[in-house]
Amino acid sequence: MTISTGRTPQAAVHADNGADAVTALLPSEVPVRLIGPDGAAQEDSRYPRPSGEALLDAYARLVSGRRINDQANALVRQGRLAVYPSSHGQEACQVAAAAVLEPQDWLFPTYRDSVAVMSRGVDPLQVLTLLRGDWHSGYDPYEHRVAPQATPLATQLLHAVGVAHAAKLKGEDTVVLALCGDGATSEGDFHEALNFAAVFHVPVVFFIQNNEYAISVPLKNQSVAPSLAHKAVGYGMPGERVDGNDVAALLSVLGAAVERARAGGGPALVEAHTYRMQAHTNADDATRYRSAEEVQNWVPRDPLTRARSYLRSLGLLDDRREEALVADAETVAAAMRNGLNTDADPDPMALFEHVYTARTTQLREQAELLRGELERDEASR
Amino acid sequence: MASTSTDIRVQTQEMPESGPETLTFAKALNAALADEMAADPTVVVFGEDVGPLGGVFRITDGLTARFGADRCFDTPLAESGIMGMAVGMAMNGLRPVVEMQFDAFAYPAFEQVVSHVAKMSNRTRGKVKLPLVIRIPYAGGIGGVEHHCDSSEAYYAHTPGLTVVAPATVADAYTLLRDAVRLNDPVVFLEPKKLYWSKETVDLPGLRRAADEALRTGGRVSGGVGTAAVARAGTDATLVAYGPSVSTALAAAAAAEAEGRSLEVIDLRSIVPYDDATVDASVRRTGRAVVIAEAPGFASVASEIAARISERCFHSLAAPVLRVTGFDVPYPAPKLEHWFLPGVDRILDAVDQLQWEEPAPLGSAPAGTGFSGEWR
Repeated sequence: MTISTGRTPQAAVHADNGADAVTALLPSEVPVRLIGPDGAAQEDSRYPRPSGEALLDAYARLVSGRRINDQANALVRQGRLAVYPSSHGQEACQVAAAAVLEPQDWLFPTYRDSVAVMSRGVDPLQVLTLLRGDWHSGYDPYEHRVAPQATPLATQLLHAVGVAHAAKLKGEDTVVLALCGDGATSEGDFHEALNFAAVFHVPVVFFIQNNEYAISVPLKNQSVAPSLAHKAVGYGMPGERVDGNDVAALLSVLGAAVERARAGGGPALVEAHTYRMQAHTNADDATRYRSAEEVQNWVPRDPLTRARSYLRSLGLLDDRREEALVADAETVAAAMRNGLNTDADPDPMALFEHVYTARTTQLREQAELLRGELERDEASR
Repeated sequence: MASTSTDIRVQTQEMPESGPETLTFAKALNAALADEMAADPTVVVFGEDVGPLGGVFRITDGLTARFGADRCFDTPLAESGIMGMAVGMAMNGLRPVVEMQFDAFAYPAFEQVVSHVAKMSNRTRGKVKLPLVIRIPYAGGIGGVEHHCDSSEAYYAHTPGLTVVAPATVADAYTLLRDAVRLNDPVVFLEPKKLYWSKETVDLPGLRRAADEALRTGGRVSGGVGTAAVARAGTDATLVAYGPSVSTALAAAAAAEAEGRSLEVIDLRSIVPYDDATVDASVRRTGRAVVIAEAPGFASVASEIAARISERCFHSLAAPVLRVTGFDVPYPAPKLEHWFLPGVDRILDAVDQLQWEEPAPLGSAPAGTGFSGEWR
């Protein structure tokens, strides 16, 4: 099917249950691809390829995103971050998720989507507050309209539906992009979120990054659906599959879904086929459940390589430009290093500040207990 | 639900009649919801069967007709979905009031409640407030079948970030629900099912004026969330109760009076925040306390209250603090619930155990509250 701008005949789908109406919701046979692994352009009559300028901007963000992933991994090894779930190999999904949104839209990320959150404009150090262990979230969700990164799987999808429903009731021009992984599609909240979104016809685009693994469990043990995108038809919304390592296809497919939602067309489900090149987190040992050969097979499909090849073939990228992009990415990485090399020293008294708007008498007593302990500690130094 | 975008409009409030009137607990809740929706266009009500039907207990009766299907609507039958959507709607400027159809049917929403509703403010250092109300018809005494009578307050009270309210009177049902909607923190609002049809003569226009005034001034209504009430004054011992157990405690106090004992009854109204001051002042004065609740006693709210009284009022106590609670068994079938629920006799038996003359010898704990020895 094609995600096109405009209202789909939802009621008709429901009433007839006709074969054509159902077919219209089904994803394409193979994932949409606009740039092949070799960097060569591929055509898809349904989805136009983004402009060279848009792709060059996306490539700059890919380079930065890859550098952020590498830097964060290094910071874990140095003990400056407690943990980092890397999106190495999934940077095209990360960059596209941020790029298709307008400022008034919302992004609902998972714990693996730090690069998407940063690409949306959130300060990297604020994003890493969670992973360095200073607080559970480090940014103001309203500043860039990015929800706190969710650790429980699929729960944030319902929050996305709620934000979109409220926006619709208030007449706001807001589209919500809700991210999850392949494992999360097994959760009940995934089902409830898609069903609610469809029933209330709200502007949410559900974006599954199918990276083949839920920690150690491969997709075949997670679902035997024809594809995860096929699940959409059960809810009465269109599903689409896209090559998750092709930033051009991602921008086009996600962009169409977002525009369709913005125009009142309702929710859609997009599944990106990608691969988690590194372990679940630094605490994981991926050699216990997958072969080096399997991982190696994905190296030629790297999202950066193909975007670079394509842009170079168009003459939009040369060595000088590339060096500048690498230097920009290095600036971001250096800021991460510098920021994380300073201990933040969170205030223990903050424990009591935001549990309730007005502190209960019990929390006041407990805060006094801790204050006493801190003062004794201070005095004994 | 209409699929077109619709402005949420302020509805004209019906002019209240003046003077006291006889009102059911259910109607008081209904009036509170209607008044909040009339006063604040961001208040939305949703859940299962709350639309045209008006809820299985009719608490949302007439709200869809009066305020439209954008303001009061039915959802698909999925409690986690209801709760998660409420989180998002609250994030985006609305004040959702959701109904969980029955206490035990709220459990599918538990992850959303514990992991997000309760934690969002703390997680975001106060940037994201979730001003939402989770209404739960709760507790037993109505002859309900399994899964319709749970006293689930401990699960919520144990979770930091949640405010937990359980009204026991018609007037409090109105005032506490309006106050709960006004709070900027999430509230679990426990409605004792057995009280839905109870009637009292209340000055609803007066209560409405007080709540409207608080809303207008941004202040708190008197008798709002967080303050316990002395439901009956007494001098000899304190009965601490909340929600469905308050009427039982009052009946016990009336019976005790006939026997020459003056029992004070504290109606907590809010489990969280817990009003230590009112409870402690009473117990320090009477020197004796019995805590009453329907929920199984082990690791319960009643246990927390008993522990707090013991810690804070130890030197005023003439006897150990006792608990009269449901047994530590699953809620029984209708024909057996009478034996499970704390009743007047069991409360009076506990009061009798409060060492009125000589200190009781060791090992003579009241029947039913001690250890049977089977595990020794």
